[in-house]
Amino acid sequence: MLGEGIIKGMAETARNFVGSYHDPERMTTVQYPEDKIAAKENARNFPFLVFDGDDAMKGLRCVACQICEKECPPKCIYIIKDTVKKPDYMGKMQVQAKRFDIDISVCMSCQICVEVCPFEAIKMDTEFELSSTDRFGGLLLDKHQLAKSNEYYQKIHPTEATEVDTRLAEEKAKAEAKAKADAEAKAKVAAAKLASPSQSPPPKA
Amino acid sequence: MSDAIIEPEVKEPETQVVSPPEGAGEVNYTILPKPDSSGELLEVAMGPQHPSTHGVFRMDVVLDGERIVKLKPVFGYLHRNHEKIAENTTYLGSMPYTDRLDYLCSMTNNWGYALSVEKLAGLQPPERAEYLRIITAELTRLVNHTCLVGFLLQDMGALGTPLMYAFRQRELILDLFESLSGSRMMCNYMRFGGCRVDLPAGWLEQAKKVTNDFPRFFDEFEKLLSENEILVARTQGVGVLTADLAINAGITGPMLRASGVNYDIRKVDKYGIYERFNFRVPLGDHGDVFDRYMIRVLEMRESLKILGDALRDIPAGPIMDPKAKIRGFRPKAGEAYGRIEGPKGELGFYLISDGSPNPYRYRVRPPSLINLTLLEDMCLGLTVADAVIILGSVDIVLGEVDR
Repeated sequence: MLGEGIIKGMAETARNFVGSYHDPERMTTVQYPEDKIAAKENARNFPFLVFDGDDAMKGLRCVACQICEKECPPKCIYIIKDTVKKPDYMGKMQVQAKRFDIDISVCMSCQICVEVCPFEAIKMDTEFELSSTDRFGGLLLDKHQLAKSNEYYQKIHPTEATEVDTRLAEEKAKAEAKAKADAEAKAKVAAAKLASPSQSPPPKA
Repeated sequence: MSDAIIEPEVKEPETQVVSPPEGAGEVNYTILPKPDSSGELLEVAMGPQHPSTHGVFRMDVVLDGERIVKLKPVFGYLHRNHEKIAENTTYLGSMPYTDRLDYLCSMTNNWGYALSVEKLAGLQPPERAEYLRIITAELTRLVNHTCLVGFLLQDMGALGTPLMYAFRQRELILDLFESLSGSRMMCNYMRFGGCRVDLPAGWLEQAKKVTNDFPRFFDEFEKLLSENEILVARTQGVGVLTADLAINAGITGPMLRASGVNYDIRKVDKYGIYERFNFRVPLGDHGDVFDRYMIRVLEMRESLKILGDALRDIPAGPIMDPKAKIRGFRPKAGEAYGRIEGPKGELGFYLISDGSPNPYRYRVRPPSLINLTLLEDMCLGLTVADAVIILGSVDIVLGEVDR
């Protein structure tokens, strides 16, 4: 019969229409500004800088190596090295960034800066409500705006952050053990030198 | 001393003279004389802001009454210099740009590019990564084809309803992509020698649920429209593409198979681990718009079969080749062409390396662009309304056509 297909289609539409009022899995609308869907764990939006401890500027993990600046495909990162060094989480003196700017109007959220960073210093944020009335200055984030604590990182990406923390703790323990062993070895050599000065190699003529 | 209030001088705001844009108020068609002087031909520019052209694409059509006597596709409005940018950035740096080629299927674009770089650098992804690639690529095929059938039906005048049904299904898959790669559409998931992140907890179960529920969508869709008399009348025998012409023009993908040519790179080239999966290649026999529509629906069912097997068999293990390097990646000098069966056709990436961190030459073989070349041959003698659905059945994404 001509028109049978159209009637079948209309019946399907009617079924869907009624279903959209009854079926709980179909009622997916969320009243956005009041209610929000929690961000997925792997979600990424724009990068931020991780710091340890309480003082954001002292605890920044970034050592201004500029790898992310070079690798960033749209070139949205801008770094100037500082002349003053600061200790990192292992107590080693490291270069720090005098300026670290990310232009989030250029950033395309590709996460390559995160992948290339050898110091676990830059990570992806899930914050997306970043609109600003100033489209140049307001979207150019400096290192004070970018710095977020390790606890915040733990909160938004728990699995990844735990893995990073364990690795850093292991590295730190290893470095400390090595430093201790080195110190012991040095002390031993010094003690040996004191005990038998004649065994030390003769000075060059 | 006077207490007269000095009124502030009120300045008249300077009226800005705005000159009208060039061509404003003029007619946007040309009237041409007919060769046999029996009337006039009308040349109309359809696009670039026409809703049926799926983006910024223009068809310059010459009409005799309502029949098309000449059609010239004009594109390049979305040209973003993709290939030249890729030649000036590192190999890894152009991976996120490939997402933006065909923005509906970023996973397959990633795979095509990763495949050619792996050929160049001699990397071999581990087993689990190969399974992940197949799963994400087949999910992408589902995304693309659901979008296509929705848009095609919208072009035919079924406004809204089928497209929204299709988008409802697509959203479930995009949720999977988001929880896997962090982004719904710009996934940027694959890397040279593997994949970027492993599956999050509970992802496989969610994916299995989505794929198991997917056939319900087909049944619903078939009831909704596939028997619809208007759809059949509008599509059968419209825009016929013969197998000879399709082969000679280099058409690939579902368009070629709708003309009855059995050519699927998943079967021919056996890239990845596709030879382990048992699936059929659906073929059409008329090469008209209806066949192209049905081929996509059938291909989705085959994709589901592959997905079912892959989600069941995925092994545990590493997801990156240990030889792969993220920083300082420099493949040795040489050239490579990697191709995959994208949802739209053969998607190839041709690379020449001179041993530096960025490719010497980078070239994309976009299926959309090459499938578009036969638009005039399919549209001649038909009406403007037919040209719209023929363009819809070609399945173009302008990000890939213009690059």
